[in-house]
Amino acid sequence: MNASIKAATHGRIKTKKRSQLKAIWFQYRKNRLAMFGLALFVILIFIALGSGFFVDYETQVIEQHMKERLRPPSAAHWFGTDQYGRDVFARVVWGARISLFVGLFTVGIALVVGSLIGALSGYYGGWLDNFLMRIMDVFLAIPGTILAVAIVGALGPGLFNVLLAMSIARIPQFARIVRSSIISIRGQEFVEAARACGTKDRRIILRHIMPNAIGPVVVQVTLHMATTILGVAGLSFIGLGIEPPVPEWGSMLAEAREQMRYNPYLMFFPGMAIMLAVLSLNLIGDGLRDALDPRMKN
Amino acid sequence: MKTTDSKNGLLKIENLQVEYITDDARVFAVNGLNLEIEKGETLGLVGETGAGKTTTALSVMRLLPPKVGRVIGGSILLDGIDIIHAGEADMRALRGSLVSMIFQDPMTSLNPVLTIGDQIAEVLIFHDRYNNRTDVNRRVDEILRLVGLSPERKNEYPHQFSGGMKQRVVIAIALACEPKLLLADEPTTALDVTIQAQVLEMMKELQEKLHTAVILITHDLGVVAQTCNRVAIMYAGEIIETGTVDRIFHAKRHHPYTEGLFGSIPDLTKKTRRLNPIDGLMPDPSNLPAGCKFHTRCPKCIDICRTIHPRSSVRDGHSIRCHLEGEGGVPVAGETAGGEQT
Amino acid sequence: MFKYIMKRLFLMIPVIVGISFILFLIMDLTPGDPARAILGDYATQEQIAALREEMGLNDNFFVRYFRYAVNAVQGDFGKSYRTSVPVVEEIYARFPATLQVAFQAIMLSILLGVPIGVVSAVRQYSAIDIVSIATALIFTSIPAFWFGLMLILLFSLKLGWLPAVGADSWKHFIMPSVTLAAAQLATTIRMTRSTMLEVIRQDYIRTAMAKGATRRCVIFKHALRNALLPVVTVLGIGFGNLLGGALIVESVFGISGLGTLMVNSVKSKDAPMLVASVMFAALVGSLVNLGVDVLYTYIDPRVKIQYLRRAKS
Repeated sequence: MNASIKAATHGRIKTKKRSQLKAIWFQYRKNRLAMFGLALFVILIFIALGSGFFVDYETQVIEQHMKERLRPPSAAHWFGTDQYGRDVFARVVWGARISLFVGLFTVGIALVVGSLIGALSGYYGGWLDNFLMRIMDVFLAIPGTILAVAIVGALGPGLFNVLLAMSIARIPQFARIVRSSIISIRGQEFVEAARACGTKDRRIILRHIMPNAIGPVVVQVTLHMATTILGVAGLSFIGLGIEPPVPEWGSMLAEAREQMRYNPYLMFFPGMAIMLAVLSLNLIGDGLRDALDPRMKN
Repeated sequence: MKTTDSKNGLLKIENLQVEYITDDARVFAVNGLNLEIEKGETLGLVGETGAGKTTTALSVMRLLPPKVGRVIGGSILLDGIDIIHAGEADMRALRGSLVSMIFQDPMTSLNPVLTIGDQIAEVLIFHDRYNNRTDVNRRVDEILRLVGLSPERKNEYPHQFSGGMKQRVVIAIALACEPKLLLADEPTTALDVTIQAQVLEMMKELQEKLHTAVILITHDLGVVAQTCNRVAIMYAGEIIETGTVDRIFHAKRHHPYTEGLFGSIPDLTKKTRRLNPIDGLMPDPSNLPAGCKFHTRCPKCIDICRTIHPRSSVRDGHSIRCHLEGEGGVPVAGETAGGEQT
Repeated sequence: MFKYIMKRLFLMIPVIVGISFILFLIMDLTPGDPARAILGDYATQEQIAALREEMGLNDNFFVRYFRYAVNAVQGDFGKSYRTSVPVVEEIYARFPATLQVAFQAIMLSILLGVPIGVVSAVRQYSAIDIVSIATALIFTSIPAFWFGLMLILLFSLKLGWLPAVGADSWKHFIMPSVTLAAAQLATTIRMTRSTMLEVIRQDYIRTAMAKGATRRCVIFKHALRNALLPVVTVLGIGFGNLLGGALIVESVFGISGLGTLMVNSVKSKDAPMLVASVMFAALVGSLVNLGVDVLYTYIDPRVKIQYLRRAKS
């Protein structure tokens, strides 16, 4: 008897969740720009995943071919070759892999750590909240790029250090978002009800509060991925990020800059690549926000 | 009693039709509405949510939501002015001076960043009522006193006032230029019951003092009984019964919908076990039924109701739009249901 | 009001102390020996040991931080490891260029962004609206350094209208300001548009129309002031981003401002310089934020009451 009720309610909750996702997707699909962004992003993922199959890292991406320096775009080299004779197309394609990896990884770390801090802070309140949030305030008072530069300064450049620096710079922002959603949800009746039933704190946070706080967080994840890709490219460009010969788009631009007077085409493709990747994520983020916000339904 | 006396007639709406166009439907909000108001009169416009009461009022102000709502037929004559065809500049000159409107929720109808004094003064300035700022200020003080607020509070912002006081400010704005017609869209619904009574009492006093005609939109028959001279009952975008308060509350014959409305109010003088609400819901305004629009819910529905749209029958100024009234009543001029399916 | 400002300033102190502590910690973790950095590669072990002793580098971390903090309170933030110039002087010399670019960028984004956003909202779905949304989308996605390089390519190398690098005349500041403004402009347009769209659906807008207000009066007097509230906040936050953006823009246009100072001190491991300049940037950002919050109270009477109440308690 009891079990059947449990099963029944469980089933209902599941279908409700699915239909909620469906409703969000229905709203999202109506937004043509957002769909364009999604398509762009899917293509980007395919390029990133496929790059390993049709581009060889050692011979095509980083090996220098001094005989083929600075060839303008042609059938053999779609985007031309750079001052070291490397095929720009192969490097841009490989760059998608790096940028996506950087974006996902950075935001992933920031999300996990930030959510944890935000959840603890928002759920327990009191001195813990005060303590954690004051620390976050300190980090937030330093503009993100500057904080990342300072951390890179301490750790030194390189892929892993840049990832770490960018993640740390983003943690406070996720902590703040998660904290405020949790505070707004914490006071609602269904949480009180769960607590009145004697549910454990951890379970309340994970099962009741987190699923409801997820909406705004997902939007922030996509938008932060966009800014992270931009930020890492910027750091690499000023020589404090991922260093050559790794084909990070920003560091490719830094190299291309030396050639800008006579071979401006070198600057075009990596720049476009950054812009399209960031644009796709921005469009997805905006689309999701609109789809999640019932007020935008008009 | 004659319904039209050109000397006293203030507002005359004939066969008004309004539609809203949304993404997936055409919504017929008002369907051939006829209404007349005399100077200084108070008319209660009663009906369920979605009956088209607010839409009617917005049509008179010509403030239907742009691109979504539009008048597709009929005429509105306000003090001899053709509202439907008037230019935008002429309309602006009318709004707030000849006709004012009070909206439902006083909490949101005042601009949060302007002082209430400014918001009252504004309407006077728009309509060039006074030449200099001193006179405007004097009038603001006067009107604040009139609605029972201290003039000293004119430099305060809306958030510093309670709901009932905000509604007083809204009324002050509406009456500042002494309009001939006031459209009050459920002015007390958002207020506490005790405050409701105060605000209504004040409105009634002011209306008598300024000799303003009022259309009071409400779904509260109690409010109507207290404040109105005449009542018009609206259903699915048309008026199905009008008459004096006395007739509507005490006459024997009624539109079945009106009977239903009264049946759903608890009567404290009688001993009844339960209320008699009207069954069913208002028809979907994007897909109205043929014939009488009430027939789907009407307990007295007969065959003819399903196919033929009834006309109004008038007896002693009490008009009822129902087939059951047809034989005894006399159709009235201007009620020729033009444009409707007959 | 004064009380509120003082309280906010007071609350900034622990944040600044926290920043200095974190940065000091970061610098301490940095591999490499400052004494060697100062003396160069040819110094002997003895020279280095002597300098370490003199600089107090052998003391415990907290002792060193405390000494730094005490000096800092007195205005002494140390000397650059690289140039031996007091860091305060260097920052003071570099900041005006950064401030000028940032200020121009923010003015540009307000003066263009707010009107474009308003027009876009008032004429929703019109051609103007679509163009401005598209522009905003591109500007949020375009990397600033690439945009800057493209501007140089066009206006300096192709057309020869503007100088590519340096900070000597007003002409030098045009492209950097535009580059830095791009992202902020996009945010301003989008924010203005969306809040404006929300505001013009409010009841009080309908009340204003019912009073007989002209369209212009409704938009500018009734709607815009309400719509500006969130826009102002975004601008406050944006200023911090601009300081961060200056880092990259200055490097593109070869301006020796605060941004290039930071980058160079990172590259040369000039810890005192980096700590002080980052602290300075954070301080400026916080002050601008405070300024914005004060400004806010003048636009939104509701907030003023709240602040005053909070300041009292």
